[in-house]
Amino acid sequence: MAEAEESPGDPGTASPRPLVRTFSLLSYITKLIITALQPGQQSETPFQKKKEKMRDLKAVGKKFMHVLYPRKSNTLLRDWDLWGPLILCVTLALMLQRDSADSEKDGGPQFAEVFVIVWFGAVTITLNSKLLGGNISFFQSLCVLGYCILPLTVAMLICRLVLLADPGPVNFMVRLFVVIVMFAWSIVASTAFLADSQPPNRRALAVYPVFLFYFVISWMILTFTPQ
Amino acid sequence: MASADELTFHEFEEATNLLADTPDAATTSRSDQLTPQGHVAVAVGSGGSYGAEDEVEEESDKAAEQQQQQQPGFWTFSYYQSFFDVDTSQVLDRIKGSLLPRPGHNFVRHHLRNRPDLYGPFWICATLAFVLAVTGNLTLVLAQRRDPSIHYSPQFHKVTVAGISIYCYAWLVPLALWGFLRWRKGVQERMGPYTFLETVCIYGYSLFVFIPMVVLWLIPVPWLQWLFGALALGLSAAGLVFTLWPVVREDTRLVATVLLSVVVLLHALLAMGCKLYFFQSLPPENVAPPPQITSLPSNIALSPTLPQSLAPS
Repeated sequence: MAEAEESPGDPGTASPRPLVRTFSLLSYITKLIITALQPGQQSETPFQKKKEKMRDLKAVGKKFMHVLYPRKSNTLLRDWDLWGPLILCVTLALMLQRDSADSEKDGGPQFAEVFVIVWFGAVTITLNSKLLGGNISFFQSLCVLGYCILPLTVAMLICRLVLLADPGPVNFMVRLFVVIVMFAWSIVASTAFLADSQPPNRRALAVYPVFLFYFVISWMILTFTPQ
Repeated sequence: MASADELTFHEFEEATNLLADTPDAATTSRSDQLTPQGHVAVAVGSGGSYGAEDEVEEESDKAAEQQQQQQPGFWTFSYYQSFFDVDTSQVLDRIKGSLLPRPGHNFVRHHLRNRPDLYGPFWICATLAFVLAVTGNLTLVLAQRRDPSIHYSPQFHKVTVAGISIYCYAWLVPLALWGFLRWRKGVQERMGPYTFLETVCIYGYSLFVFIPMVVLWLIPVPWLQWLFGALALGLSAAGLVFTLWPVVREDTRLVATVLLSVVVLLHALLAMGCKLYFFQSLPPENVAPPPQITSLPSNIALSPTLPQSLAPS
């Protein structure tokens, strides 16, 4: 996989805050790891690099569409990649940052906490699924779980927009409704891909942690207050 | 199916009870690394295997053979896979067994059937930790609705605190208990103590009743909260005591009473800790002092009088 540009989730902040540095470092490390894991396909010329970059972006976009309209297709499983999940996770973590430079006591999840929850959660669910006897590969499962955060990222966007209006019970009900719908969408999308890999008498055991995972992320989105 | 050296009849009555219950069940020998003698190993799985039981029986046969040939090392994946060898129905059955403890009804023998799993304890602890954090947060939201002067913050660090404390309790206390029981094993020939995994299972599944209790604590009526807490604690502790009683009754009376009271006390401390830390009752004039210097002058009169420990975050 050729090296891609910095992810589009890059914020427009001018000041080099620590979290931007953390984000750059983390994405660089992830890029290194993923490049190391791929069989050597290093491209040489700039033209080839650009072509492969476009191909990768198109693959990511295609997977986004597969998540939004989940059908029983194997595209997500066959050509797994971790760029999409990384982009989504970073976007979500950045949007969950509050505007004011507040102290840690004030309570919202830090950038690193969101990152840890998403990736540790995905790894734990994957391990659980494999220990229960599922026949899905480790990275395929990570890929699916990561991509299915897309509806919740959309919910976060909508919530942030809705929060620009004046607060009140209507505001909260709208956000609650949006988050519930997107939560259900995430679960349906990931179950469509993951449930087939388990024997039928253990399907509920494998799906329950997925439910818990997206529930926690939805909770973080719903309790977000800008200041 | 069963080779001669695996048929060790340690607990003959209970073996016949098991066989009487389900004649088609195949139990595997659970010989862990440290005890050279396994538990009851009765492999009866000769004739009919029903449709849904096919996989379970094949797997348990394979596992039995595997254990007869070699113990998979703890660095291999299949070693850990043997701890997740449960079906949905089995997990649900174990949860039901922990919710309704009965005096003669040993959780380990009747529900675990010497096949402890790690799925239940791990995910019940995870669920409990997240439910604690979420409902604690919800309590704050509801309290703020009633009294807008309370400062609301998502308090995300409570997730970390909940997770660490629940997992430490559910894994370190069984470790201590198991160690203590093995140390006292001395005179007990009749019934070996539980393996470490079975102790972890007992504790893990007994924590399940706290999940609905925590959800019910959302109701902001104090005496009702204490009532639910007492009920759940009673159920959970009763389950623990009934399961541990057959093991400790062989020991001296003093040791047995002390052990069981310590177990119940620790459980009660956990419940109380959860209630007090995550569901603090907020006094109405509590205003969390904003950390910045630019605070409103009207708050300065209130905030210095409150000790830091009362602040909800």
